[in-house]
Amino acid sequence: MGKPNDLVQGTLDLLILKTISLEPKHGWAIAKRIQQISNEVLQVQQGSLYPALHRLEQQGWIRAKWSETDTGRQAKFYGLTAAGRAQLEREMESWIRLSTAINMVVEIG
Amino acid sequence: MRWFERFRMAVLMLFRRQNETERLSDELQFHLEQQIAENMAQGMDPAAARSAALRKFGNPTLLRDQARSTWSWDWLERFGRDVRYGTRTLGRSPGFALIAILVMALGIGATTSLFTIVRAVLLKPLPFRDPDQLVMVYEHFRASVGGDGTNVVSSGDFRDWRAQTHGFEDMAAWRNYGFNLTGEHQELPETVEAVGGSWNLFLVLGIEPALGRTFTAEEDRPNANHVVLLSWSLFQRRFGGDASILGKTVRLDTNAYTVVGVLPRWFTYPNPRAQLWVPYAQTFPATEYDWHDNHQSYVIARLLPGVSAATATQEVSALQYRLHEANASKPVAEDAVFRPMIDDVVKDIKTPLIVLLCAVGCMLLIACLNVSNLLVARGAARRKEVAVRGALGGSRLSLIREQMAESLLICLAGGTLGLAISVLATRWLASHWQDLPRAESIHVDLGVLAFSIGLIFLTALLAGLLPAISSTGAGVLTALQESSRSIGGSASRATLRKILLTAEIAITVVLLVSAGLLFKSFLHLRTSDLGCVTDHVLTVKYGLPEKQYDTREKVVAFHEALLARVRSLAGVRAAALVSTPPGGGWENDRSFSIEERPSEKFNLLNDAMTRSADPGYFSTLQIPLIAGRFFTDQERLTRDQYVIISKQFAGQFFSGESPIGKHVKISWGRKLQTFEIVGVVGDTLYDVTQPLKAMIYFPIFSGIPSETSGATIVVRTTGDPLALSLPVQKQVSALDPALPVYEVLTLPQIVGNSTASQSFSATLVLAFAVLSLVLAGIGLYGVLSYLVTQRVTEIGIRIALGAQRSEVLRLVLLDGLRPIAIGLVIGLAGGATAGALIRSILYGTSPFDPVVFATMIGSLLLTAIVACVVPAVRASRIEPMEALRTE
Repeated sequence: MGKPNDLVQGTLDLLILKTISLEPKHGWAIAKRIQQISNEVLQVQQGSLYPALHRLEQQGWIRAKWSETDTGRQAKFYGLTAAGRAQLEREMESWIRLSTAINMVVEIG
Repeated sequence: MRWFERFRMAVLMLFRRQNETERLSDELQFHLEQQIAENMAQGMDPAAARSAALRKFGNPTLLRDQARSTWSWDWLERFGRDVRYGTRTLGRSPGFALIAILVMALGIGATTSLFTIVRAVLLKPLPFRDPDQLVMVYEHFRASVGGDGTNVVSSGDFRDWRAQTHGFEDMAAWRNYGFNLTGEHQELPETVEAVGGSWNLFLVLGIEPALGRTFTAEEDRPNANHVVLLSWSLFQRRFGGDASILGKTVRLDTNAYTVVGVLPRWFTYPNPRAQLWVPYAQTFPATEYDWHDNHQSYVIARLLPGVSAATATQEVSALQYRLHEANASKPVAEDAVFRPMIDDVVKDIKTPLIVLLCAVGCMLLIACLNVSNLLVARGAARRKEVAVRGALGGSRLSLIREQMAESLLICLAGGTLGLAISVLATRWLASHWQDLPRAESIHVDLGVLAFSIGLIFLTALLAGLLPAISSTGAGVLTALQESSRSIGGSASRATLRKILLTAEIAITVVLLVSAGLLFKSFLHLRTSDLGCVTDHVLTVKYGLPEKQYDTREKVVAFHEALLARVRSLAGVRAAALVSTPPGGGWENDRSFSIEERPSEKFNLLNDAMTRSADPGYFSTLQIPLIAGRFFTDQERLTRDQYVIISKQFAGQFFSGESPIGKHVKISWGRKLQTFEIVGVVGDTLYDVTQPLKAMIYFPIFSGIPSETSGATIVVRTTGDPLALSLPVQKQVSALDPALPVYEVLTLPQIVGNSTASQSFSATLVLAFAVLSLVLAGIGLYGVLSYLVTQRVTEIGIRIALGAQRSEVLRLVLLDGLRPIAIGLVIGLAGGATAGALIRSILYGTSPFDPVVFATMIGSLLLTAIVACVVPAVRASRIEPMEALRTE
């Protein structure tokens, strides 16, 4: 199962929102995509992924739809709602602010 | 748009939960399939791929639960689960559940009822315009015997206040009055209670009539056209709700009055008995309207915005002092005081209501403690189960929540039942509680509902929290380690139960003592000696209209003719006339001076109640003659300058010397006259709830219409007095068919009416106290039985080792009686405090009455011993062999 999640707390939401911002994806694809893009650095565990997806859905940021995958099986695809898009903007901004700040401290300090 | 998304999800999660659960499984299954497919793509064989995927996936159940826990309504789901468990646990012991629910139903029901009444009577604003701005203004005598010197206002004072002060927006006055009501066409006569109200009174209160109009300023003069306003109940009852009565005439004391309006149905001020209103000034003879010493009126004032009642009253008070100075020879008060109108309306009922509410609150607390106690016992029995669940990972919070659900269920069921009881009880109380002001506004509404729901949750918390916390306490490990043979392991639990029990006993004692005091006071009232014979006495009132009976001769002729007729009836032993019978109320009081004490200035303290009586009155009611003689038949018409005084009068104003032959100067027949004292008679109470007051009797055969036209015929009978009520009424209508009689009552009924309120509160508090005693008894029995069961092994060993059975009996009894003793001491202190607090509604009873205290301690101890003996005897009969084997 590997180490516990390395993700900075609260960034999982951001990653999920960002990953599905282009097109709706199902849970497996979201996890895979995050893993690939980050060169296998970020491993999203199912134990975190699904509760997070359901929480975001309850909060109205994302909306699920059942449709067929390439293999013809029914799967739950998550897409951004309008409110989710706005939330993504906000989370991005605060992430950039935070990471810039951390970078500055790490490089200069 | 986000709220819409969230709302959609909430609805989805609430109504399609089952569906969503299946979909969640499907979603996770899909993830697993993907993983397997990926593993196979990497070259694993299907079986290995599957097990590797499962390994990586972890615990699917846990994952599903975690995802589910983010759903909305999760709390509802958990709550439903707790309730399900709770129902099952309660269902396992239906006896316990039933008792607990009934206990809570009684407590919650009674509390809700009392709250409904208190809210309607004490807390709701009066149904007038801006009721907070209304105050009552009274005169205030600086020197007074008993009481606080506050006095009702005279018409002259009121008129001067209104004309000469400007601190209030307006002032209005009313006074009680009474009429014989007859119609134009031989309708049955009846006596009605009426109110004389100043023309602006309805404007001050903000009352619009239901029909017609209210009075005009022109009509509010002594000799103006007679007009009358009908109450809604009279309008419906006597005139069939026919609006054509407006503008027609009714006869009041045979004078014609034009009906100008009908008051709204809800308007029952000053009391529901008031049937009609006439202009204030018209209730006074023209000559008396300006008098400053006819204290009979109540004054309502409306505050000006921004002017405090104190400031406005100060101005009135200053004026009143000038009036006092200008009328130094008359009883005219020095000051004026105010009281908020709401306080004035409820002043007699406030303390009893609050006492009742406290009593019922105590009962509810005891009920909570009892349920709490029962739950602790069950908690102890389930100790192992709870410990195992705790060890398996059940969080303490969820264990507590589960136990709380149990007490919540009990309280919910009890509360619902209680609410039903309270709806019935409230209706019954409101209709049977005499003299309860504002009874018409009492009904169960949303506020009451909210209160009882709040009460349910509060009681659930009170009853459940302590047992839940204690039974899920830190001792999980200890509980698991406890071998089945361990003894005395739950000493702390026993301590908790004993503390609860002590509290229960203490509160019960407080209730018992208060109830005992109230009941003793009530008994004292009921059995208080009126000062005359009360058995087989009937009283019938009538009032001769001054229009027909306008001379002394006519009045005396009627009185004498009636007496002669009634005396000749079969079953009458004696009959006599008096203005107001003993216990019949205030009637009138006047100040006087004593001629033999020259240069005596007017003295307010020289004040006595006045009565008029015929020569046979005292012997008829067996009021003893102490000195001198009764009236004679010669003391009649203008030869009426003789009076008889009561023993209290003689003691108060003639201490030491003989009053016979002395003279008093007192107003009679609207002028100051001198009377010779011819006799001293025994005291009679004017009201059983009030202290004795000096009394002076005038001859009723003086016949002065203004003084003696209203009379009560008192009849002593050989048989049932009420059987004579109709014959007596027939004699009255034989003499004057248009003359109604009223207040046809026996003397015990008169006493009963004036003590009805005390009877009510005493009986209710006593009922609450007895219930609490029963509850405390059950609690005690429960605790001891539990302790004995816990200690069966220990006791068995003791007996096996040679302990005497009497020793065991003593041990258990002492164990039970210790919390009782402590509770008793605390309760007695509390009871004494409560007694001191309710001193104002205790009549003739000390708040520390030893008889009451002894009786209550006795009944508590008796109950306690009964509750203790059964478990103690059971303990002493334990067979050691069996006890040791059962484990």
